[in-house]
Formats: sequence, C-alpha cells, structure tokens
Amino acid sequence: MDREEIIEKLLLVCASTSTIVIFLIVYYLFKNGVHVLNWDFVFGMTYNPGTDQFGIFPIIVTNFATAFYSLLIATIIGLPTAIFLSEYSPFWLRNIIKPLIEVIVGIPSVVIGFWGLIVLVPIIRNTFPSTQGQSMLTGAIVLAFMTLPTLISLSEDSLRAVPRAYREASLALGATRWQTITKVILPSASSGIRAAMVLAVGRAVGETMAALMVIGNPYIPWITLNPLDIVRTLPTTIALEFGYVEFYSTHYYALFGMGLILFISVFFMNLVATYFSGRNKL
Amino acid sequence: MNPVQKEKIILGLMYVAVFLSILMLPIIILWVTTNGIGQLNWTFLTGTPSFSTSESRLATHGVFPQIIGSFYLVAGSTLLGTPLGVLSAIYLTEYAAPNLLTKSIRFFTETLAGIPSIVIGLFGMELLVYRLGFQTSLLSGAVSLSLMTLPFVIRASEEAIKVVPNEYREASLAMGASKWQTILKVVIPAALPGIITGVLLGMGRAIGETAVLILTTGGGMSRKVPSRLTSPVGSLPIYIYLIAKETVHQELLNRGYAASLVLLIIFLSMSVSALLIRNHYLRKLGNE
Repeated sequence: MDREEIIEKLLLVCASTSTIVIFLIVYYLFKNGVHVLNWDFVFGMTYNPGTDQFGIFPIIVTNFATAFYSLLIATIIGLPTAIFLSEYSPFWLRNIIKPLIEVIVGIPSVVIGFWGLIVLVPIIRNTFPSTQGQSMLTGAIVLAFMTLPTLISLSEDSLRAVPRAYREASLALGATRWQTITKVILPSASSGIRAAMVLAVGRAVGETMAALMVIGNPYIPWITLNPLDIVRTLPTTIALEFGYVEFYSTHYYALFGMGLILFISVFFMNLVATYFSGRNKL
Repeated sequence: MNPVQKEKIILGLMYVAVFLSILMLPIIILWVTTNGIGQLNWTFLTGTPSFSTSESRLATHGVFPQIIGSFYLVAGSTLLGTPLGVLSAIYLTEYAAPNLLTKSIRFFTETLAGIPSIVIGLFGMELLVYRLGFQTSLLSGAVSLSLMTLPFVIRASEEAIKVVPNEYREASLAMGASKWQTILKVVIPAALPGIITGVLLGMGRAIGETAVLILTTGGGMSRKVPSRLTSPVGSLPIYIYLIAKETVHQELLNRGYAASLVLLIIFLSMSVSALLIRNHYLRKLGNE
C-alpha cells in the first residue's frame, strides 16, 4: 500500500467518527434504558420518582404539545418572513436579515431562558392571573423564537428553488404577485416547507435549557393540552433529575429510557424531513 | 378590495413578520446590556462566585473561574473537533466514492447534528464520566462538547472545500503533485477562510452550550480554575443557569445579568468575525 492509499484510509477513519459515536450513543442509551423499557414505562400515567413510579406518558404528551404550540407560533411568523425574503425583499435588505437570523440560531439558550424567566414569565402571569407565569405557553413562545431561524432558512431555500419560469408564466397570465405565491410557488415548495416544519419541531422537542427555565416542571406531571398549565418535557426532566439520581438505580435507567425515547423521536422526525425534502423534484 | 390593495396589505403584514423574526436579537442584547453593564467591573471579572449574599462576600463576587473554565472547554472541544472535522470533510469531498458507505457516513453525520444536546450529555455522563473514569470534569465536558460541534465543522468545511474551483486541483495535479499534496498545498489554503468561519461559528455554539455541560462538568459555581484535565470545571452558562434557578436575591440576579453580558459579548464577537471573514472571502472569490 503506498502513501496515498494509507492517507485515504486514515481519512476514512476520521470520517467514520460520527458514525461510531452514533452507534455508541444508541448502545449506551439502549443498554441502560432497556432495564425500564416496557409498556408501563412508555404508556404509564404516573411519574413519581419518590415512589419509584416511572410512567412517562404525560411527559411525552406535554413534550410534543409544547413543541406543537411553538411550531404554530413559529410558522405564523416564519413562513411569511421566508416568503418575503424569497419573493419581495430587495437584495440589500435580504443581505442584512439573513446573517441576523444566522446569529439568532446561536444565541446561548440559557440567556434566552433567563430572559424568559425574568421578563416573559411576569408578563404571562399578569395577562393570565390564574397562572404562575411559567406555563406551556411561555415555553412555546420562547421555543418559537429559537426555532424560527431553522424554519425561515430552510423554507426560504425551498421557495427559492422554485424555477423562475413558474413565476413568469403565472405573472404573464395576469396573476398578481400574491396570487402567484399562493397558487404556484407555495404548492411547488410545499414539500420543502413541510421538511422545514418537521425539523423545527425536532429542535423544539429536544431543546433543554430555555424550556427548563420557563415551563414550570410540576413535581408530578399530568396529561394536559391546556397551554396555561405547567408541564415537563423529556429533556427538562433529565436535566432536573440527573443531579440527585443514584448511579445504576431504576431512576438512572429511567433517565436513559427517556433519552432513548427522545433520540428515537428526533431521529424519526429527521427521517420524515429527509423524505419530504427528497420529494422536492423540481 | 381590489387585488392591488390586497397586495399592499399583505406586504405590510409581511414586514411585521420579518420584524418579529429578528426581534429576539435586539431584545436580548438590549435586555442583557442594560441590566448587566452596571455590574461589569474588574472585581466581577477577577473574583470568585458564591451563593452567599453577605455584603463582604458580594464585594468580591466574580466569575473569573467561570470565564477561564468556558475558555478551556471551548478551546479543548475546538482542538479535538477541528482536525477531526476538517479531515472528515476532506474525505467526504475529495475521496468518497458515491457508494453506500459514503451515504451512510453523511446520514450519520446529519443525525449527530440533530441529536438533542441533553442526549449527548447523557452519553458523556455514562461513557466518559463513569465508564472511562474521567469524573465530571474539564475532559468529559470538552470531549462531549466536541461531539456537538463536530457535524458543524464538517458541514462548513465541506462547503468551503466544494467551492474551491476545480482548475486549482487540475493545475496542481498537472504539475506532478500527488492528490494529497494538492489537497494540503492547494485546496486547504484556498478553503481556509471558509473553514475558519465554520470553526468560529462552532465555537460560538460551544460557548453557549449548557445542557451537555450540566451533565458532564461538575462544579458550576466552582471557585477554582481547573488544575488538571480531570478537575471539575465551572463555566459561564452553568453559572447563569444556577443563578437563575436558585436565587431571587436581586444582587445575585444582577451578577447573572453581568455574566450573561460577558457570555453574549464572547458569543457575538465569534459570530460577527465569522460572518465578516466569510463576506470578505466571498467577495474575493467573486472578483476572481
């Protein structure tokens, strides 16, 4: 084997790191999670580490409900923004907004959570006096702001991928710009937009710090879709409880079981997103 | 309402949406700055933290170990993640044949990018902290962080390498250079600004990452700068989290704002320089 071939093999080893890491992650999640993983764990209704009851179904439901509400808010704001950037924005304005959005993605989530706790929680408390301010709604608002950049840049990409000829054909027939957008461009880009929405939900489901600080985390979670209730999510439960969990206790395994469910959910959503964006045959 | 009027109203609504989309950035910057700037002084940058609210303790309260700890963690994860990421990207762009192996490597790299940070934290806790016996420490934290930034560096480097014109490679190969010499002497130097951009953006992510560190680094309010790789290490994000979670005392909250300001300044300087380098580089490429 000559020098060039050895180099190629070494590079392949480096490139395989992510793959190996994924397999290790799955292995350890499964190895620990399998001790608790059964019907009563996933669909059990009572979660109370104090009495060794680990039914995480209420946490799963509120986890996804929070993410869904955040997607609702993010879509209402993000989709028109993506349409604006792709169809209306002058070049210079787009060149300002796109980098800003890129910076927003990286703002430390703990700072956003801190802001949510100090500023947003009192606002919610004053608006809805029946609540303490921490709620699923508060979490959804914070998460919406955090997932907006993902939603905007991916949707914009798929809107821009629609060929110019489609727009010109529609405009030449006398359609207004808005008619062109709703009747021609959005339908053509719908797969890509759906992929963007799924990925945004995936981010919201797995987000930990910002959610942790504003959603309330009741001691015993219950199933609710009421946005004003306090809730838990899988990541916030793991982050809150790892600190006092005994090594290799049922509780320890339960946290890994939750990590496994979280991993599988996000993995599945990435697959769905890949499927949607693969259908974008333009 | 005729279509033209409708068009105007819709455009107006879009401006509102755009405004809301970028609103978070000015809100956070203004909020952190107005609340934190008053607390930001020499004592705060050089002192050590504590939950104590006694006058004398507050007078020396600072986040020196946290600043250094965050710096160590980001430096460690960058040292680990960058070579690995760049080499992976070289393989994927310059060598990889379009076969199943390459496809699965790409797929798993994307998957790693999407894994929630708390799951990476759980993995780091089990493998690094317990199995390998690194304890909750600088080493465990830096390795776990590098897993978070690795896909990021790979993606950015891949993009940077892809835009290097093929003529560069062909010219070098025609002069008799081997493939690896071409990559090392021609492709990488040409792609370097793009790679640096990616690394800086990755560092910006790493500096603010919290969930991973909660599970792997131990001493959030640590008063000591870690002396060994296996010492517990404090960091700015965990300090902010603990302040926000544990206290309602105004004086301590003010310190939390100041720490947020420090963190935000570091984060913004990394992101902004990354974007400036990229802009400069793109302009240069455009002129050629």
